[in-house]
Amino acid sequence: MIFGLILHLALLLIFAPLLTGIISKTKALFGGRVGAPLLQPYFDLVRLWRKGFVFSRTTTWVFLAGPVVGLVVPLLAALLIPFGALPAPLSFQGDLILFVYLFGLSRFFTASAALDTGSSFEGMGAVREVTFSCLAEPTVLFALLVLARLSDGLSLNSLLGPHLLGAWHSEAGASLGLILVCLFVVLLVENSRIPFDDPTTHLELTMVHEVMVLDHSGPALGMILYGAALKMMVLAALLVRLALPWQTDWWLTDAGLFLAGLVGVAILIGVVESTMARLRLPRVPQVLIGTSLLSIFALVLVLR
Amino acid sequence: MMHLTNPLLLAVILINFFTLGSARLGACIRGVALQGALLALLPLLIHGFSGHAILLALGAFCLKGVLIPWMLLRAIREVRIRREVEPLIGFVPTLIFGALTTSGAFLFADFLPLVHEHREGLFVPTALATMFAGFLLLITRRKAITQVLGYLMLENGIFIIGVLLSEALPLMVEAGVLLDLLVGVFVMGIVMHQINREFTSLSTQRLSALKE
Amino acid sequence: MLELLVIFPLIVAAVSVPVSNYQVRSWLLPFGSGVHLLLSILLCRGYFPEINRWIGLDALSRLVLIVTSLLFFSCALYAVAYLNLRRDRGNRVMVPCLLVFLSAMTLATVARHLGLMWMAVEATTISSAPLIYYNRNRLSLEATWKYLLICSVGIALAMLGMLFVAYAALGGGAPVSLQFDLLLGGATTLSKPWLHAGFVFLLIGFGTKMGLAPLHTWKPDAYGEAPGLVGALLAGGLTSVAFLAILRGVQLMTAAGDGDMARQALLGMGLLSLLLASVFMVRQQDIKRMLAYSSVEHMGLLAIGVGIGGMATFGAMLHLINNALTKGGLFLAAGNIQRAFASKRLSEVRGALKALPVSGPLFLAGFLAITGSPPFGPFLSEFTILRGTFISGHMLLGMLILIFLSIVFIGMGATVLAATQGEPEQKDSGFKDHFLLYFSPLVLLLLILLIGVYIPASLQNALQQAADLLEVRP
Repeated sequence: MIFGLILHLALLLIFAPLLTGIISKTKALFGGRVGAPLLQPYFDLVRLWRKGFVFSRTTTWVFLAGPVVGLVVPLLAALLIPFGALPAPLSFQGDLILFVYLFGLSRFFTASAALDTGSSFEGMGAVREVTFSCLAEPTVLFALLVLARLSDGLSLNSLLGPHLLGAWHSEAGASLGLILVCLFVVLLVENSRIPFDDPTTHLELTMVHEVMVLDHSGPALGMILYGAALKMMVLAALLVRLALPWQTDWWLTDAGLFLAGLVGVAILIGVVESTMARLRLPRVPQVLIGTSLLSIFALVLVLR
Repeated sequence: MMHLTNPLLLAVILINFFTLGSARLGACIRGVALQGALLALLPLLIHGFSGHAILLALGAFCLKGVLIPWMLLRAIREVRIRREVEPLIGFVPTLIFGALTTSGAFLFADFLPLVHEHREGLFVPTALATMFAGFLLLITRRKAITQVLGYLMLENGIFIIGVLLSEALPLMVEAGVLLDLLVGVFVMGIVMHQINREFTSLSTQRLSALKE
Repeated sequence: MLELLVIFPLIVAAVSVPVSNYQVRSWLLPFGSGVHLLLSILLCRGYFPEINRWIGLDALSRLVLIVTSLLFFSCALYAVAYLNLRRDRGNRVMVPCLLVFLSAMTLATVARHLGLMWMAVEATTISSAPLIYYNRNRLSLEATWKYLLICSVGIALAMLGMLFVAYAALGGGAPVSLQFDLLLGGATTLSKPWLHAGFVFLLIGFGTKMGLAPLHTWKPDAYGEAPGLVGALLAGGLTSVAFLAILRGVQLMTAAGDGDMARQALLGMGLLSLLLASVFMVRQQDIKRMLAYSSVEHMGLLAIGVGIGGMATFGAMLHLINNALTKGGLFLAAGNIQRAFASKRLSEVRGALKALPVSGPLFLAGFLAITGSPPFGPFLSEFTILRGTFISGHMLLGMLILIFLSIVFIGMGATVLAATQGEPEQKDSGFKDHFLLYFSPLVLLLLILLIGVYIPASLQNALQQAADLLEVRP
């Protein structure tokens, strides 16, 4: 039990920033550049942590709460979700609802922190981010409902249990394929990746997530970056477990398979970011509604 | 190889949604092309590598996956039209309609008195869903070229059922059907070219002089 | 020999492409179709009897073959003179397309395999599209696009219907084939729901091609904008071929013991066609669109005739011939009028009787014939259909048909009389009635008159055999 908890947290805390590094490396390779080293995100975090806090006089405690909640929430969520075949340390009936709305909590605080600065740009970013997430939420819920229908429990541990391997080969394989696609889109949206948002843009008008954290600096920005990396890993864990439902009975191979899956997802994100252009803003809701419909359709498929 | 058919048909359904929701004309054409190419594999997956299946797959692949899309892509390049799809009703309502009809197709297929071996797979619902999506594309889009795409998608849906019944359709007939499709799209391409020359637009809304 | 009938027009079409002389190319049309007509007559008289898996002749296809071949030959004669008038437009596309069209129609008629028949019907759509676009203006472009798209989609649905029929064989454990004789032989074992669905889709698909309401929307546009001779071929030839395709479905349903359902469907669509046609024909300002609606009306009559059964089926078979030949003559005469007045709208067309001493009266006579006035052929066939209706006890239906027919007569009469009577405006379009231009419609109308007064025993037999094919068999 204790070992599982430690292993879980260790995997999460150590490997999360690596994913960001892999994505940038993939993009650099596609662009024909050498790119930053794989460990650059770690260097960035260390550098930011060494700096001091700078607060505007117009902000309140909410401004600091944003980054802190943004860091804590993925940590909590990570405890609820199995990493590959490694079961989640914390599990109870209905924890999937908590899992979904924990991210709602972090979004609330991030948006509040952005509004707290009183800058119009950050307010605009907050509006967009909240709109997108609100449209992405049904997709996640329906996808989880599909999984719940296929399993016999309501905890994430049983949802992502070993029965998935059999489910892929049965009739339900079609639905699983659909929700895999949907969840990948949600992963891109929630982590502000191209084609929904551009994490590297420098133009405030086109920013969505970036503009919200524009006023943070030093350790606070570090917390935000680290929190974002954790969030990506947690959501990617869902995807990896779904796509690679194999189970070995030794924790080391299980962890290895899981990490390999994560690297695969990161490379896939890199490829998508390199080959696609950013969508026009009005198109984003359309895509998200499309994925919601797809997940509903997947639900219909397993219900029939 | 039957177990590969379900992912393939699933991809076909995904392409339906992609085409219904896509705003780019080029992307729509490529989507339908990919759909045609995927469906061309279907005879091989169902009937194995018999001579009939190989020839049918080859013919369908060349025509639906390569030749017709190439013609359409060339057409939009030549007439220099706006490469945006202009829907009569928005993308989101079309998508919702698409999802409704697709779900409807799946529910409806359960009621159909299918023979035993077709009851499990996704064949019949996918065929119905693809035909509905083709109809939606035909009705809700303004450009002549998207209407042709809708027609092609309709044909794709029918092709799925045709593959199930390939013993009823000898190779000669299949070849004739594909040839008809090719020539049909070719003639439509010529007419589209003329429409564009005459009206400097591919919008079929200009084609409304003839009425009572 | 039957193969030759299909292939020969194709060969002539291929020959016509490299020919450089305008006149020679035009004359290839009557040459090709003349040989076609000769061969058809020989084949139908029972020389070279043969039937194989793919193609063959039965009483129904014999009827349609002769009618289309005859109509095409007379249109081809007309075409020589017409194309001379239209040297600006050329005949490099027209001649090969017409010949391919003939070949496709023939193949669709003689096909014994539903797949082959489908292929041929689709080929007729494709080969006739350039013909409708002959005038190359915005209106004809619009008509062509609508025709091409609506008919292609319709035909695609017919394909679906065909596949459903094959599925019916699969579901019933019969040998899975679309070979028509095999299907007929195993009709009783076909799975019923699939057969019904298949028939409905065949009816929708080929009904679109035939122009049954409510699937007729392309018809006024296409017939209105196409040259007169193309309109004649579409209204007389192609509709008969499409009707034959529907009749194959009826035959199948009858053999499976569900003929009543098929007849009900035909009755419904036929009545709707009559209703819509009569509504749109009143105060119609365009003579060719009026003819198109008249075609919808007569398709409705054909459907009703087969839908009633018994004596009415015989009437429908006779009406098939009458309609094809009369429509042919009417469209050709209307084409002449359009050329003379450079318009087909009532606002400009006036006094055709005086302006065109032969074509004008022919148009008027054609109108009388098509609306069922004695002594022309359509009177006889419409009368037979009506008698069949009343004898079989469909009183209300018979009354409705009579009412619609009289509305059609009044509506069409107003338009035709306005176009033919009165003084023509003094406007010299340089068009004179030419012998070759009125010869074909004249012959067609004389034939109709002949059928009206005397039906030879051989024709009577042929019609009876065709009708028998559609009747309920024990």
